[in-house]
Amino acid sequence: MTVRIVDRRQDSRNKSSINRGRFIRRFKGQIRQAVADAIAKRGIRDLENGEKIGIPGKDISEPHFQHGKGGVRDAVHPGNDRFHSGDQIDRPPPGGQGQGSGKASQDGEGLDDFVFTLTRDEFLDIFFDELALPNLVKRQLARIDEYKRVRAGYTQSGVPTNINLVRTMRGAAGRRVAVGGPYTTRLRGLQAELEQALDEMPLDEAEVERLQGEIACLKARREAVPFIDPFDLRYSNRIRIPQPSTQAVMFCVMDVSGSMDEAKKQMAKRFFMLLYLFLNRNYEHIEVVFIRHHTVAEEVDEDNFFHSRETGGTIVSSALKLMQQIIRERYASSSWNIYGAQASDGDNWNDDSPLCREILAETILPMMQYFAYIEITEGEPQNLWDEYEKLAATHAGVFALQRIAAASDIYPVFRELFRKRLI
Amino acid sequence: MTKKKSRLIAEGSDWTLENIALFDSEIGRVARQYGLDTYRHQLEVITAEQMMDAYAAIGMPVYYHHWSFGKHFLETENRYKRGHMGLAYEIVINSDPCIAYLMEENTLTMQALVIAHAAYGHNSFFKGNHMFKQWTSADAIIDYLVFARNYIAECEERHGVDAVEQLIDACHALSNLGVDRYKRSPPLSMEKEKTRQREREDYLQAQVNDLWRTLPRHDEAVAATEERRFPEEPEENLLYFIEKNAPLLEPWQREIVRITRKIGQYFYPQRQTQVMNEGWACFWHYTLLNTLYDEGRVNDGFMLEFLQSHTNVVYQPPYSSKWYSGINPYALGFAMWQDIRRICEAPTAEDREWFPEIAGSDWRETFDFAMRNFKDESFIVQYLSPRLMREFRLFAVHDDESKAKLQVDAIHNEPGYRKLRRHLAEQYNLGSSDPNIQVWNVDLRGDRSLTLRHFMHQGRPLASVSEATLTHMANLWGFTVRLEQQAADGSVKLVSEQKTDRRRSGLI
Repeated sequence: MTVRIVDRRQDSRNKSSINRGRFIRRFKGQIRQAVADAIAKRGIRDLENGEKIGIPGKDISEPHFQHGKGGVRDAVHPGNDRFHSGDQIDRPPPGGQGQGSGKASQDGEGLDDFVFTLTRDEFLDIFFDELALPNLVKRQLARIDEYKRVRAGYTQSGVPTNINLVRTMRGAAGRRVAVGGPYTTRLRGLQAELEQALDEMPLDEAEVERLQGEIACLKARREAVPFIDPFDLRYSNRIRIPQPSTQAVMFCVMDVSGSMDEAKKQMAKRFFMLLYLFLNRNYEHIEVVFIRHHTVAEEVDEDNFFHSRETGGTIVSSALKLMQQIIRERYASSSWNIYGAQASDGDNWNDDSPLCREILAETILPMMQYFAYIEITEGEPQNLWDEYEKLAATHAGVFALQRIAAASDIYPVFRELFRKRLI
Repeated sequence: MTKKKSRLIAEGSDWTLENIALFDSEIGRVARQYGLDTYRHQLEVITAEQMMDAYAAIGMPVYYHHWSFGKHFLETENRYKRGHMGLAYEIVINSDPCIAYLMEENTLTMQALVIAHAAYGHNSFFKGNHMFKQWTSADAIIDYLVFARNYIAECEERHGVDAVEQLIDACHALSNLGVDRYKRSPPLSMEKEKTRQREREDYLQAQVNDLWRTLPRHDEAVAATEERRFPEEPEENLLYFIEKNAPLLEPWQREIVRITRKIGQYFYPQRQTQVMNEGWACFWHYTLLNTLYDEGRVNDGFMLEFLQSHTNVVYQPPYSSKWYSGINPYALGFAMWQDIRRICEAPTAEDREWFPEIAGSDWRETFDFAMRNFKDESFIVQYLSPRLMREFRLFAVHDDESKAKLQVDAIHNEPGYRKLRRHLAEQYNLGSSDPNIQVWNVDLRGDRSLTLRHFMHQGRPLASVSEATLTHMANLWGFTVRLEQQAADGSVKLVSEQKTDRRRSGLI
């Protein structure tokens, strides 16, 4: 009678994925909020990780009829070290050890946040959802399709072609020393004894014979330690890592004058993130340059870019000039693909706007793969918008602009860009 | 040395399917020597991730889909990944053949332990214990689960995921009050379920309609029926009552209520035999593997590793430890079965006085009887010995809300033994740990409102989450649901009320 053993390891791994999906679907509201908070905290380059999400415990509890605190309870505990019958004890402080059955504390339970981790895919899914991306684009962005194989240490199993001889032989030598060591030590001892016995007069033949026999026996034992054993085998390990090609630089230009409030900046951040995500799929190496401006422009790090606030007027051309200068100094060679994303609330000094158009049209756009402009405002378009619109007409396919009120308006700015990639 | 080697079943800590099979047949041989009677079993090797999957579905190989299982999965995964818990070494399913899972990461020793524990220990308990024999149908459960999953998936397609989810939420909320405690439910079978399900739909609907039919013709008759109570006897199985009587449920909704109820019923014996069942399995893995060791079939290294995990499992931290969270059922159960064997084999004078009927008897027969005929509560009342109470240093604490201090009622000494034993057994009585709530009355002639009555046990009120649970009850019933509380002195007060009238809102 042999038992039936079923190896299920190769069966579908994600039996719970439907239940997991159901869970996320049910708490979409809370999860969305958590994702929005996470995006506010994250760097724009940091979209490749999952996210830890906390949902308030009371939202997620599954209620049952159960006893609450109070009434009379008898509980039995182990490990009595001090009590006698009839002793009176102070009540343990609430929140300390539950009394007995564990049900006692149920009433106050369930207030802790339920914390879990969204996978990268789930995170992106919710991020995309908000941006109202078309499915084809979603798939394009979430997909990793090229791989490079890189070394990743050694394993104990593998295909024969991957055997690593150096490692294997080193292991075998070590094992032979370890296993044969005791024999060698004893041999050395016997050898010495034998020499002593040979030196002695008269010769004790029996003793010599015994020693010689033992030495032969030990030598045979030592010889029997296998030169190489399956245990010694080491294989080179290789793993696949995703592999895009070439390099790009992305310019983030944002107006930080007094009228850009926190909500507008968060919107702009999503705009930058989406562009970054697109570039990340297509280029191996991406640099990001942050330029903020009010009346003067400066290059800053990401943190300052999103979180500091200035007052005063706006001169957009200052930023464009700085951008032009940075391109000339650092990204002049043709090996860089240059992308630009500009966010603003549309304010600009009137006589500056034609200048902006001129700079873009004559020096910047010819070097660009794509330049996208969003105007985050609900008011009437101002002259910067008018000037940019003229540009859009002459530079279709390279320049895109959009006035947006919600995150879902962002995508159309990139429509051209994604379409190019998808065909 | 070479002679001994040939006696060993296998060496090293890496397992292969072959040496697992070898171990299984050796353990099986020893188990048969001890006369263990088991279902056939099947071992399934799975990965850690699959183990977590299985966890989330309460160990079932097939189960319907619901967000709460996703939640449990996430919870487990989270804790596992942060290293807060190891996964259980085993999950075993009360089915015929009995299915035991072996996790890929385990060493050969652990696999042997799991085989002895689950495939022989739990398995024989499932087959022998009266609770399981009476309440579950091991040969039909898997089929039934397949039926349930397909049926619910079909409902989701037809009526939408949201509607089904809301219904299952409500059923889960009431699941601990959705079991028959006294009468045996008819055995499950997929074939029968399928063929009878349609008949049942029509029949039930007709029944329910009949209940709500007004009888305008005879005035006397109306007066007479007004006197009539409904239900005539209070009903403790809330889900059963809903399934049979809720006026507005569609047939498919009744079927889903029934499915959750049936599955809840299947798990009911497990909740009532935790100490016995786990103790039994621990006793047998301990005994079986030790026997193998005595025969020279496993070596010292094997035993050391085995004992290490065994002692971890059956460790009982004292009440003052920061690890203490109640009595460990593995520890108590294992100690009790060991103790019973001791009483049989080497009784002391005390044992002879306390257990005259088993002291000195054949331990295998006594074991068999005890395993078959008890559940936790009665098992403890019957077999917990004074010696064990001393070993565990048990003490009973009386907590009366109205008193300022707790009182130690009994400790492990002569005057305390019986009281201690009674209190401990009471702790395992589901009848007193689950609140006693029954369907008390339905206002047939009036607003069709349903009244539940909570019979208070030792003055314990319901927890505040009961409010949310009542909402679920109201959703199922479709009309107003009230919850009353009856104290020990017979006084009744209204605790809460959920006003619903689904006829208009069109909910669900």
